[in-house]
Amino acid sequence: MQARPARSFSILGWLLESRNGLGFLFMLPAAVFLLCFLTYPLGLGVWLGFTDARIGREGIFVGLENYIWLFDDPVFWLSVFNTMLYTVVASILKFALGLWLALILNQHLPFKTFFRAIILLPWVVPTVLSALAFWWIYDSQFSIISYVLMNLGLISEPINFLGDPGMARASVIAANVWRGIPFVAISLLAGLQTIPQSLNEAAALDGATSWQRFTKITLPLLTPIIAVVMTFSVLFTFTDFQLIYVLTRGGPVNATHLMATLSFQRAIPGGQLGEGAAIAVAMIPFLLAAILFSFFGLQRRKWQQGGGD
Amino acid sequence: MATVKFRDVRKAFGQVEVLHGVSVDIEEGQFVVLVGPSGCGKSTLLRMLAGLEHITSGEIVIGDRVVNALPPKERDIAMVFQNYALYPHITVAENMGFSLMLKGASKSDIEAKVRPAAEILGLTHLLDRYPRQLSGGQRQRVAMGRAIVRNPQVFLFDEPLSNLDAKLRVSMRSEIKNLHQRLKTTTVYVTHDQIEAMTMADKIVVMHDGIVEQVGEPLELYDRPANLFVAGFIGSPAMNMTPGMLAEGEPGMFVTGQGQRIAVANAGTAKPGQKLICGIRPEAIHLRGDVALRVKVVEPTGSETHVVAELDGNEMTCVFRERIKAGPGDELKVSIDPEAIHLFDAEGGQRLSA
Ligand SMILES: Nc1ncnc2c1ncn2[C@@H]1O[C@H](COP(=O)(O)OP(=O)(O)OP(=O)(O)O)[C@@H](O)[C@H]1O
Ligand SMILES: [Mg+2]
Repeated sequence: MQARPARSFSILGWLLESRNGLGFLFMLPAAVFLLCFLTYPLGLGVWLGFTDARIGREGIFVGLENYIWLFDDPVFWLSVFNTMLYTVVASILKFALGLWLALILNQHLPFKTFFRAIILLPWVVPTVLSALAFWWIYDSQFSIISYVLMNLGLISEPINFLGDPGMARASVIAANVWRGIPFVAISLLAGLQTIPQSLNEAAALDGATSWQRFTKITLPLLTPIIAVVMTFSVLFTFTDFQLIYVLTRGGPVNATHLMATLSFQRAIPGGQLGEGAAIAVAMIPFLLAAILFSFFGLQRRKWQQGGGD
Repeated sequence: MATVKFRDVRKAFGQVEVLHGVSVDIEEGQFVVLVGPSGCGKSTLLRMLAGLEHITSGEIVIGDRVVNALPPKERDIAMVFQNYALYPHITVAENMGFSLMLKGASKSDIEAKVRPAAEILGLTHLLDRYPRQLSGGQRQRVAMGRAIVRNPQVFLFDEPLSNLDAKLRVSMRSEIKNLHQRLKTTTVYVTHDQIEAMTMADKIVVMHDGIVEQVGEPLELYDRPANLFVAGFIGSPAMNMTPGMLAEGEPGMFVTGQGQRIAVANAGTAKPGQKLICGIRPEAIHLRGDVALRVKVVEPTGSETHVVAELDGNEMTCVFRERIKAGPGDELKVSIDPEAIHLFDAEGGQRLSA
C-alpha cells in the first residue's frame, strides 16, 4: 500500500480529481462574475429603496419610510393599475394575434420565407425608432390614421390619440402589441414546427375537423412552448419603459404611467433616488409571481416524461 | 370491409410524375402488400388512398364510392404510420378511443370498444400509460389498436415494422396476419421487405419507379416472375442471372457467354440467337452433377449452406440443404434443375419461359 498524501494535497487532489470538485472549479469564474455584475446593482437598488438618497447626496437608512409613503400615494396605485392593465391586455392580444399569425405562417403559403422575414421587422427595429414612428402615427394633428378616416368620411376631426386618458392607454397598448407580436409569432411558429405532420394526418383520418385538430392536438402539444413564450412576453411587457417614455411620458394625467416609468420619473428627473428605487423594488413581487406561475406552467407534464423516441 | 380499386392512378409533384398510371383491384377482405424498392411510390399511393395526398389523375374507388374528392375522415379507413403517430399528450386508452371521442361517444361506449381491442393486442395493462413510456413494439401495437377500434372499411399500414428489431418484426408479422384472419378487414400493407410481402400477403403488388411490375399471389410471383425486376426482387438470396442465348439447332440448351451449357426444360417463346438472361434460383442448384463451379465463399446458416461460387466468371449463389466441406478455391460439381430455369429477354426484361 502507498502512503496517504498529506492533507493539503488531498484538498487540491479532491478539487482536481472528483467530478464535483472540478465542476466547482470551472464554475467559480462564472459565479464571481454573476455576483459582481448581477447582484451588485440589484442589491444597490434594493438598498437605495431603504434610504432617502437624492441625486448628488448619499442617503441614510430610513427603514420602510419610502414604502409607507408610497402606500398612501394615489399616483403610485394608479401606476400599479396601469401596469396590470397594460400587461394583461397587451399580453392577451399578443398571444391571440401571435398564435394566429404563427398558424398562418405554418401553412404552405407562396413566399413563405419572405413573410416569415417580414414578420420579424417590428422586433428588429430599435424600440426608440418604432416609438418615434408611433409618435407620428398618433400625432394629434398629422396622424395618418385620422387622415385616412377623415378622408373616408368616417370622422370629422382628428382623433386625439395621446391626449385623452382612455385613448392614450389604448394607443400605447396597440404600439406595444405591434412590437411584441413577432417574438410571440416566431416562437410559436418554431413550436408548431416541432409537431409532427403525421399527428395531424392521423387525427384527420380519425375524423377530426380542423378545429378539433387545433384544440385536441395542436394546442395541447404547444402548451410547453406557450408557457415559455408568454412568461417572457409578460416580463417584457411588465417592465416596458421605452415605448411609454417616448410616446406619453406617463401622461395625460398619469393615465399611462407604468411602475417602470414612474420609478424613473421620480428617481432621475425628480431626483428622489430612494423613492424611485422603492417603486422599482415594488415591481419585484409581481415579477416573482409571474416567474413562479411560469415555473409551474413549465414543469414537464406527465406525458413529456419517460423515454424519448 | 370493402373492395378497393385503383384505376390508372397518376401522381405528379409539381412537374415530376412519380406514379405513372397504377391500376390494381383489391377484393373484399384481401390482405394486399405493396412492395418495391425505396422511392418507387408505395407510400404515395397509400397516402392517396387515405386522402392525405391529392390524386393528380385517375380514380380510386372504395366499396362503390369514387373517393377522389372525399376528405380523409369520410373515407372510413384507418392507417398505421411508420412512426406510429401516437398522440403524445394522451394515454394509450385515450389514443385508442380518440376517434370515438371526436364523434362524441359516451365514456362507457368508448371503454366498451377500447377494452376488447386492448385485450386482442395484449395492451390491457398499458392503458393508463403515455406513448413515451412504451417500447417500440408496444407503440406499434397501440397504433394498431387505434385502427382496430375504428372498425374501418380498410386498414392501411405504411412500413409498420421497419422501426423494430429483427426478432420483434418476425413476431409482429404473424400477429398482424393473425389479426387479419380474425377481423377479415381489407388491408393494404406497404413494405420494402420482400420477405414480409411473401409471408403476409394474399396478393402482392410489386412496384418499381412508379409503375406496377406484377400483381399476383406470393408463390406465383416466386415461381413465374413476369420480368427481370420481379425475378431479382422476390426471393432471398436473389435469383442468379446469367446472360447468354439458346444454342443454334438445340432448342433445350442454353449457352452462357463463356460457353457453359445449361439444359432448359421450358424455353417458351425464346428463339435461338436472341439475347437472353437465364435466371436460376439458388435452390434450383443441387450437389453432384456435371456443371463445375469454383467456390468463393461458404456460409453455413445451420439449416442450409449458402455457397457463393463462380461459373465462367459469373457469380452464382447456391443454397444446399446438405452440409458441405468445400472451402474457397475448391471445385464443386453441381446440377441445375432444367424445370426451374427462367428465361428473360435481355432487351425488354420480359419473361419468355411459359
Ligand atoms: N411531397 C413530395 N414532393 C415531391 N416529391 C415527393 C414528395 N413525396 C414523395 N415524393 C417523391 O415521390 C417518389 C415516391 O415517394 P414515396 O414516399 O411514395 O416512396 P416509397 O416507395 O414509399 O419509398 P420508401 O420505401 O423509401 O418509403 C420519390 O421519388 C419521392 O422523392
Ligand atoms: Mg414510404
